[in-house]
Amino acid sequence: MLTKRIIPCLDIKNGRTVKGVNFVDLRDAGDPVELAAIYAEKGADELVFLDISATEERRKTLADLVRRVAEKVNIPFTVGGGISSIEDVNILLKNGADKVSVNSSAVKRPELINELVAKFGSQCIVVAIDAKKIGENWKVHLVGGKVPTDVDLFEWAEEVEKRGAGEILFTSMDHDGTKNGFANEALAQLSESLKIPIIASGGAGNMQHFVDTFVDGKADAALAASVFHFKEIEIADLKETLKLNNIPVRI
Amino acid sequence: MKIVIIDYGAGNIQSIRFALARLGYDAVLSHSAEEIRQADKVIFPGVGEASSAMQKLRSSGLDSLIPDLKQPVLGICLGMQLMCNFSEEGNTDGLGIFDVNVVRFNGNVKVPQIGWNQISSLKTELFRDIPEQQYIYLVHSYYAPLCQDTIAESDYSLRYSAALGKDNFYGTQFHPEKSSTVGAEILKNFIERT
Repeated sequence: MLTKRIIPCLDIKNGRTVKGVNFVDLRDAGDPVELAAIYAEKGADELVFLDISATEERRKTLADLVRRVAEKVNIPFTVGGGISSIEDVNILLKNGADKVSVNSSAVKRPELINELVAKFGSQCIVVAIDAKKIGENWKVHLVGGKVPTDVDLFEWAEEVEKRGAGEILFTSMDHDGTKNGFANEALAQLSESLKIPIIASGGAGNMQHFVDTFVDGKADAALAASVFHFKEIEIADLKETLKLNNIPVRI
Repeated sequence: MKIVIIDYGAGNIQSIRFALARLGYDAVLSHSAEEIRQADKVIFPGVGEASSAMQKLRSSGLDSLIPDLKQPVLGICLGMQLMCNFSEEGNTDGLGIFDVNVVRFNGNVKVPQIGWNQISSLKTELFRDIPEQQYIYLVHSYYAPLCQDTIAESDYSLRYSAALGKDNFYGTQFHPEKSSTVGAEILKNFIERT
């Protein structure tokens, strides 16, 4: 049986992890490679690296990091952040990334999805969507959720699937950072109307939130950052809890 | 031990090299017929779309070279699918090593299947000492149905071939290079036991 995936997310700036991490067993808390290896060992099913650097050397720094992660880590990982061209993706995949995620660049120029899918295949193209509920409607936001657009979440998600993306990573800006649980209503609507897998992101605060997003939100995978980095939730405990709730997980 | 990974422009092949390096083996990326023929083990990777991948194999003559190889060959993911008779993806003929046609998932499930699933009914040296029901990582929209060459099964709305084997040819639908320690054991078996 296909299992539900637990995905820690690491924010990266200039080749280093950004948000503080509270791992006493880490020699260097800022080293994404070491952190990734520990998560792989602890039972993470996948990893996501989100690059937020804005320097001129970012492409090369990120490629180097991807290579070092791929050398060390034996589970799949996705790289996102500022990807806007075939060449960006080519460099990351060549250095060992399994998937890439595109976000704002795809909203600005949706054909990018088709181009990437044609060149690299659906299986490695994740489209990340940040959205926020404005009135009764979920609206897509750009630049890490800062800039609102008129694009409707569900219409955009449908288009993303039609254009060939392999997966959608949906972050609710209303839930992100709140630790009050995932946006399960919107997630369930996405999951039921689309055929491709949906990764839930934004709002994880405790283990019940993960149970809820798999049961009520019908998510295929759940992503979180700080609850893992600060050891508020251990992946092994989380998976035991999910299993007790009859949610299939890899243990 | 000379291990060659066939390089025909198929996506993420570094991961396979790195996985072998973690086991202590160097592998060479090559598209040279000469070099591939002389290898002790050949790995045939592949991600992307079936008909365009076949096109690349044909234009480089690899489509006639691969089925003729006598040493152990391991196809991974799309590599395995291309070793079959035919694929529904782009309606393309394959290399005809495994006598089965690759078709698209069509049940009440998410497509592509992405994530960790279990393997069972394990056969051949490729799975020596691998317990049943271990988890492996897959990403695919098309699958090979169960057939005479099935050497591992998995379940996704139906039972399908998680791996195929025939004579010196092996293929895994899953990514052993991304399947944690279980995947590493399977790669090790391919190198040391086939």
